[in-house]
Amino acid sequence: MKDASPAKTYALHLGVIALLFALNFVLPDYHQGLFARIMALAVFAMGYNLLFGYVGLLSLGHAMFFSAGLYGAGLTVYHLGWGVPEAFVAGVACGALFALAIGLLALRTSGVAFMIVTMMFAQVFYLLILYFAAWTGGDQGLVIQQSSRIITIGGASLDLTNPTVRYMSALALFSVVLLITLAVVRSRFGRVLVAIRENEERTKMLGYDTVANKLAAVIASGAICAASGAAYALLFGYIGSSFASVQYSILPLLWVLLGGAATILGPLIGTLFMYYVTDITSGFTSAYLLIVGVALILLVLFFPKGVLGSVRQRWLGWLP
Amino acid sequence: MHFGPHLLLAALEGLVTSAVLALTALGLSLVFGVMRIVNVAHGEFFMLGAVLAWAISTAISGHPAIGFVAALVIAPLLVGLVAFLAEWLVLRRLNYNPEGTIVATIGMLYIIQQLALTFYGPEARPVEPPFNYRILLPWFGYSGYKLSVIAASAVLLVITWLVLTRTKIGLIMRATQYDRETAQAFGIPVERVYAGVFAIGAMLAAIAAVLIVPISQAHYLMGQDPLLLSFIVVIIGGLGSLRGTVVAAILIGLSDGIVSVFFSPTLAKIIATLVVAMVLVFRPQGLFGTTPR
Repeated sequence: MKDASPAKTYALHLGVIALLFALNFVLPDYHQGLFARIMALAVFAMGYNLLFGYVGLLSLGHAMFFSAGLYGAGLTVYHLGWGVPEAFVAGVACGALFALAIGLLALRTSGVAFMIVTMMFAQVFYLLILYFAAWTGGDQGLVIQQSSRIITIGGASLDLTNPTVRYMSALALFSVVLLITLAVVRSRFGRVLVAIRENEERTKMLGYDTVANKLAAVIASGAICAASGAAYALLFGYIGSSFASVQYSILPLLWVLLGGAATILGPLIGTLFMYYVTDITSGFTSAYLLIVGVALILLVLFFPKGVLGSVRQRWLGWLP
Repeated sequence: MHFGPHLLLAALEGLVTSAVLALTALGLSLVFGVMRIVNVAHGEFFMLGAVLAWAISTAISGHPAIGFVAALVIAPLLVGLVAFLAEWLVLRRLNYNPEGTIVATIGMLYIIQQLALTFYGPEARPVEPPFNYRILLPWFGYSGYKLSVIAASAVLLVITWLVLTRTKIGLIMRATQYDRETAQAFGIPVERVYAGVFAIGAMLAAIAAVLIVPISQAHYLMGQDPLLLSFIVVIIGGLGSLRGTVVAAILIGLSDGIVSVFFSPTLAKIIATLVVAMVLVFRPQGLFGTTPR
């Protein structure tokens, strides 16, 4: 990776944020809602990318972290009547805690075993949600009422069910996470993560504690994914066990592969593209999973670097 | 019913599960052992076998036994063909890279599942058993067909074991498993062995599905549970160990049967999955496997 001036890099990413901000006033209602959803889910993909792209750890269990955030935020609002900010923090904390526990266990394995172990823990979490259906709503899910999705600060109140407020909240979370990942990747810690991906033994020999660094990456990734889940629950008002199923572990992998693993903007591009492809094709056919399947195979066969990965290779060597 | 007969019934049901599970898991284990890849689409080959069995047995009129036997022969062959093509068109081009093949087989999982939903539909459909004989035990009557499933699975397992240990094909497969490059240097067509093993693995799953479909109906989502259970069996039994796979299948099948009769099936699955994940974390070679080289 060639180094670019920080100014150029930050200008590009702030430009993307500005563009998304402007789109709020241009987009028709339907697409405004879709974009809010895409930005919330792109955060999920960015969290996944931090672990998969930069550390090279392929997890098949990130639905667990996403749904830990979803349920951590949703259940505290639903059962305990917490306010939106506290619930969001609770969701992120849940995700980070689960990531710590899973990281401690799963990082003892590597390669294929890591994928299967993460998938199995996520499956246990999914089954637990079904088992405690009395509190979680099981596969029916729970709907969070509009009245409990209003933030009141001083005298002003923000209604998260209002489309513009929802869009801006999703954009705020997206921007914060985008800038955080950008800073992390450019930091010393980020360089160590890439070094672990490229050659773990050599990194260890150079004196870095690879296990501690990987654990930190798992926790950061889990917390970001949980932030996405918590935001999703609070912005769209529904929590259900389908968000914890294997499919939601595979979707972020697909989005990241499509957009380009180990690129900062790749997750957004992947999520945006897949969401619109399924949205447009669902007009003709209900075979949504067929498209996901074909996309996965074609990507891994012919396009393993993804959109931005290829762009970086051909034209923009400085792209972070 | 008293506790004793109830337990016997649970154990018999568990043995039927074990029999089917052993065949399915053996397919997964063969593919992992020889090719060193994890086939996430394995459960979908199982489902495809069941769905094809329904299609074949309904297309053939006459006594249900004729349709069933036809399904038992034709469905696995068709599934084997699909697997062969998948291996040839996709996995080979990925050079069997572990992560690439996992992503690709996840893709296959979705494609097969969606095609089954589109062409077969969301309904669960039964296949008539080839015979309806009830064996009368002192406490309850038991389906003779279920007992024959256990016998058929045992015979197939013995045949597979004989092929692997006593024939030249088995020798070639074991040589490829032991050291791919040396095998190639000795003139073994490794690529053809891989394609064959992948097809045979899928066919074993399909045979298991055809055997179970008169008991539990064919449904497009029925591949999920066998996939997870097969993973569990293969991991507990030790990857690539045939004896371990069979022992683990009996263990898991029996405990699944008994636990789900007396407790909630969801709880049984939670405990089994958690135990297996822990086994994989703390004893990656499995309970019966040897330390990998």
